[in-house]
Amino acid sequence: MANLIEVKKLSAGYDGVTAFTDVSFTVEEGSALAVVGENGSGKSTLIGCLLGLKKPDSGEIVMSGLERSDIGVLLQNAAPRGDFPATVREAALSGLINRKKGPFRFYSREDRATAENALSQLGIADLSDRHFSELSGGQRQRVLIARAVCAAKKLLVLDEPLAGLDPLIQSEFYEIIDRINSEGMTVIMVSHDVAMACAHADTILHVSGSGSFFGPAEDYKKTLMYAHMTGISHHVISQAPSLMRERGKTE
Amino acid sequence: MLSMFSYPFMQRALIVGLMVSVCAALLGVTLVLKRFSMIGDGLSHVGFGALSVGAAAGLAPMYIAAPAVLISAVLLLRLSRLEERGRVSGDAATAVLSSTALAIGVIAASLGKLNVDVNSYMFGSVLAVSASDAVICVVICSAVLILYLLFYNTIFAVTFDETFAAAGGMKTGLVSTAMAAVTALTVVVGMRLMGTLLISALIVFPAISAMKICRSWRGTVICSVSLAAAGFIAGLISAFAFSLPTGPAVVAADAVIYGVCSAADRIRR
Repeated sequence: MANLIEVKKLSAGYDGVTAFTDVSFTVEEGSALAVVGENGSGKSTLIGCLLGLKKPDSGEIVMSGLERSDIGVLLQNAAPRGDFPATVREAALSGLINRKKGPFRFYSREDRATAENALSQLGIADLSDRHFSELSGGQRQRVLIARAVCAAKKLLVLDEPLAGLDPLIQSEFYEIIDRINSEGMTVIMVSHDVAMACAHADTILHVSGSGSFFGPAEDYKKTLMYAHMTGISHHVISQAPSLMRERGKTE
Repeated sequence: MLSMFSYPFMQRALIVGLMVSVCAALLGVTLVLKRFSMIGDGLSHVGFGALSVGAAAGLAPMYIAAPAVLISAVLLLRLSRLEERGRVSGDAATAVLSSTALAIGVIAASLGKLNVDVNSYMFGSVLAVSASDAVICVVICSAVLILYLLFYNTIFAVTFDETFAAAGGMKTGLVSTAMAAVTALTVVVGMRLMGTLLISALIVFPAISAMKICRSWRGTVICSVSLAAAGFIAGLISAFAFSLPTGPAVVAADAVIYGVCSAADRIRR
């Protein structure tokens, strides 16, 4: 499969502090990439750079056969205010805004069908006439993912889409995202739940100020980073010193 | 009661007021939701300052006011957007600009020994709308209405979630700047009738009243426009009937409408 995105030696930071340096990775068409790392390691900054919302300090991002209007996103801390007057249908439909060409972007009947379809994919077709302000947190998150699905022609980027949702709903979301991915959509997902990320993504990008990892999920599980992130580091260090060497594998 | 509209100045006031109210109500929904309500207020003060300076300098006041308000609108919007990123205090900047513009206006008025009553600049006058003003107003407001309808989906997208729209490649900065410019034009064409200090009520009141009783975007937009028209007509009629100044009468009517909408919202919950 061809690479949709190739990132070479990317460095960036926020508020004048460097978050990560020399991060390199590729995103293959149809793959699922999970971006993990500790709080403040710059996962969201990295996503901002990918989407062109933020200028990296150095490095290169090459997109092949991928336009910005092909990407559907759900960003952390950028959710619309909860009391916003809009129906679920209006919110989902707005995902199509950047897929419309020309200055006046009117939605066709086909677009409305796309939006309805995205809502059913997320299991909330019955909510389309409800108002955004009346929904629960989980329902609102589904609407925003449906909007991202509407926008995503080739790539879906989800930054911590499950933060603050209860575990039962989280596993349901993973199923939905797996299904969308298996239908051919490339997915990049930022997650703080490393174990779940490894279970659902093909490749892992661990972002860290002191060196990053990029590779198959299976290989990541053998690293000290994985052990540290899943909170079993002490155990692993005492039991399996060979894992220490895995650090050499990082890029 | 309809006989009041046999006066040409009342006909002009009705047309200008309705068109300005409708435009301000449309723009107001976005401005209020993006927390830019104070921009309208800042613009109105700048409008007053510029009108007074223009009149004192013996120039056509509108030719000074229009560019001044337009430039301020773009500047204030920039500041508010920087504030979102936590760099400057946009509301403080708006407050400073408002009071400075007001002070300059009053100083200019007292130095220039204006023939025009400063009161009429501040609180508006039905008699201040000339036939040519009315024509300009109809042209500008029609343009605003048409633009709003053409860019309806874009305006929703930018209001609902600007970051999302920008991530997909939309030039959201351009859209916001255009909205600020259009708001400035609406303020300029409406301020002689409504008064420079009261015009911002036309932007904020209908939008917040509509949001009390509507929960969808389209509903809110339609409701905001309808309430604005109702508020203006009620204000104009009571101004004529009870010899009240028009601007304050319209704002009072808008306030009553807001009270009713709030009450309706309370009862429904």
